[in-house]
Amino acid sequence: MWWFIGKRLIQGLITVWFIATATFFAMHNVPGDPLLNDRATTPIIRANLEAKYGLDKPLLTQYFIYLNNIAHGDFGISFAQENREVNDIIREHFPVSAILGVLAVLIAAVGGILWGSLTALYRNRMPDYIIMFLVILGISVPSFVIAALSQLGIVTINQLLGINFLPVAGWGTIYHMLVPALVLGLSTMAYLTRLMRSSMLEIVYSDFVRTAKSKGVPPARIFARHQLRNAVLPVITVLGPSIAAITTGGFVVEIVFAIPGLGRFFVEAVQQLDYTVIMGTTVFYGAFLVFMVILVDVIYGFIDPRVRLS
Amino acid sequence: MLSPKGWGILGADGGAMSDSHKALIDHDDNFTRSAGKQLAVYAVYAVLILAAVVYLLSLAAGHTGNNGNDMAVDIENNAITIALREEPPQLDPGRSTDASSGVVLAHVFEGLINYDEEAQLTPGVAERWEIREDGATFWLRDNARWSDGKVVTAQDFVFAWRRVVDPATAAEYAFFLYPIKNGEEINRGELPKEMLGVRAVNDRQLEVEFSRPTPYFDKLVAWYTYLPVREDFYNSRNGRFGADADELLYNGPYMITEWVHSSSMLWKKNPYYWSDARGFVDEIRTAYITNDDNAKLNLFKDSKIVETHLSSPMLPDAMAEKWQIDRAMDGTVFFFEFNHRPGRITSNLNFRKALLFAQESSELVYKALKEASYLPAVSLFPVWIEGVNGKFREEYPPPNHHMDLEKARHYLALAKEELGLDEFPPIVMLSGDQPASMVSATYYQELFRDRLGLEIRIDTQIFKQRLQKMTAGDFDIVLAGWGPDYDDALTYGDLFASWNLQNRGRYKSDEMDALIKKAQTTLDKVDRVATFGKIQQLVYDDAVILPMYERGWTYVVNPQVKGIRRRVVGPEVDYNFARIDVSSD
Repeated sequence: MWWFIGKRLIQGLITVWFIATATFFAMHNVPGDPLLNDRATTPIIRANLEAKYGLDKPLLTQYFIYLNNIAHGDFGISFAQENREVNDIIREHFPVSAILGVLAVLIAAVGGILWGSLTALYRNRMPDYIIMFLVILGISVPSFVIAALSQLGIVTINQLLGINFLPVAGWGTIYHMLVPALVLGLSTMAYLTRLMRSSMLEIVYSDFVRTAKSKGVPPARIFARHQLRNAVLPVITVLGPSIAAITTGGFVVEIVFAIPGLGRFFVEAVQQLDYTVIMGTTVFYGAFLVFMVILVDVIYGFIDPRVRLS
Repeated sequence: MLSPKGWGILGADGGAMSDSHKALIDHDDNFTRSAGKQLAVYAVYAVLILAAVVYLLSLAAGHTGNNGNDMAVDIENNAITIALREEPPQLDPGRSTDASSGVVLAHVFEGLINYDEEAQLTPGVAERWEIREDGATFWLRDNARWSDGKVVTAQDFVFAWRRVVDPATAAEYAFFLYPIKNGEEINRGELPKEMLGVRAVNDRQLEVEFSRPTPYFDKLVAWYTYLPVREDFYNSRNGRFGADADELLYNGPYMITEWVHSSSMLWKKNPYYWSDARGFVDEIRTAYITNDDNAKLNLFKDSKIVETHLSSPMLPDAMAEKWQIDRAMDGTVFFFEFNHRPGRITSNLNFRKALLFAQESSELVYKALKEASYLPAVSLFPVWIEGVNGKFREEYPPPNHHMDLEKARHYLALAKEELGLDEFPPIVMLSGDQPASMVSATYYQELFRDRLGLEIRIDTQIFKQRLQKMTAGDFDIVLAGWGPDYDDALTYGDLFASWNLQNRGRYKSDEMDALIKKAQTTLDKVDRVATFGKIQQLVYDDAVILPMYERGWTYVVNPQVKGIRRRVVGPEVDYNFARIDVSSD
């Protein structure tokens, strides 16, 4: 078990190093650089800026300096928000994304498992048709449409009720989180519903369920112990990457609902060619994703007795 | 096949579940019912657990933002709530370069000279001043104070200005201080920063020496790069100056008391501010930071912010709500910048003239862009530039331009002959990814194809990539824009000087250079404005650019708030004169 985790961690470290290296050289190969601005800079000013950020050194030297710095946990200073360290940006904004992401994933997972089981249970009947129709909507309608529509919905409800039922945007209280988390988790929920449904259907007709039925095991027990527990495994498998995807993919929701999350930085940094923030967020999220995958593997071992980690 | 394989391919499983198993399912209603009950129990558990988690998460997030209950207008506390377009990237005034930071700085700092409610220059920290050919003198008031109560002195300006030109600071806008003696040399690292031509005679008197006559210096010092910074405070910040609310010392009508990055800010009235002519509301709450216009419109509808910008698709909605809709110019002129480098087709005058005469900017603005606040551009100099006594545009009207297809085709034929071409190759038009740029690009692509038979290849690039291509000269035409730095025609007039790095098409003409040198150094106002008139004519005759539009804002303001200003120079939106007025309701 420990050997397994240790091995996976080393593999993860190599993956992260690979991500960092690939991003570093890809980023420097994109035309343009972070020091370009609407206003043309004189050669003097540009030289001063390059010296300040260390961009005057050869690329390979910059790469080794950079590797050394991230090995010491220093991601440098942002080019776009010139007074802020990338470490501070991650430290201040990742928790926001994480809180929103965890909530979204929870809503998505709980909803996906419940709806998926429900549709499998009532397969080819009305509840199944209705839910599967909504699932198609949830998967195909892009999140910026859903985000904008739900925000308009809040405004309309507030106006109709004449009170502050829910805040339109912003961050800080429990009420600020509900709608954004729901919007953020919606497509994942739809995906998980589908996954859960097919996974359940596979198990409904399996031999051990038939055996249990013929033994006379109570239906509720068969459902809970034999079907649900087994069907949920594929959902758990994709949950880890989903958490990472949702936490990094909150860009649209964060903009629409004015939420100070890291997803905004992740996307805007690329537009701004903010080298240090691109590197910082990519490496951070890369590590986060790798960690989530390892975590899921470990959890898998606890849930599925057939999987032994050693 | 009993069981569906693959992860949730819709319909596949539905099909597999066809008739043969229908019987089995129907017979198993008992199972479904029991299992359904079990599922319902789980659902209740799940909802309870979710509620608990939400509660715990809200505790964890409790201190990261505003409480969301502030209304747009808080009469009781004399406060208003606003939204910012983006997190201000740089609040260190010496290093700031962007409009969003400019808005914040205009409320929390004050320079020697300031803008009043009508956008005219007005005394700031300086009570009075004098600008001569070789320099300037500023006499500072004795009641201008920092937010810790200490008086703002001439030394604070000397320190700030030396810092800007210091190569170690690497200030992007250091060139704003090049008119001061030795500014450029210090910035180049050739002289120590103490050699800068600015001197505090005493606490109250600031003496400036020029490197060349700078008749518009009063307008320059109103720019944020010239704002004061106090040395002892700056040194006590260990390089974090400007990074947080408490890492700044303020001397404007407001001070930032809370700043949650990318989320919210709170500006409170600075108790030490000297004048009662600005800063009428006690608190300005920047509760939202987002550049999503729809989100801001929703916030406005919900009475959460006092004003918001309207884009043209929102106008019908706004009219239906019977809001009072305002307009203002934002000062920026957009135009085709041609690539004048030798070898480019666009370096041919007749070719440029052909394009010029094939179009009229009013068609672009009224038929394609349809933004109510935009004006067709007819000159390099926008409509609001001042002349000798009135507007420049009245004193020196722009050349009378009308579309003339015959002329256009004539010029095109001439160009073809001069260039020795049988067919024109595709012309590369570099454009940004903003909606207005993309609409303009496609509009002109169609226009030139229909009217001149030219093929235009649109090259849409995001911000930095576009800049890279502009700087490298990798275009025939670039859709460019220019916003003013200071309230003087020179901010546009010197754009096409051969030495101006902003001149990315590398237009070069001795006549233009001579005119610009004259405009820069002439002190006589009449003569100076006449020079700008000549520059305007030359830009047209030489088809240096093809003017497209002057950008504007359409916006709505809460009727209970008066005095919010939008203007062309200085901060794009100014709340310094905002006041709550409920009498009109």
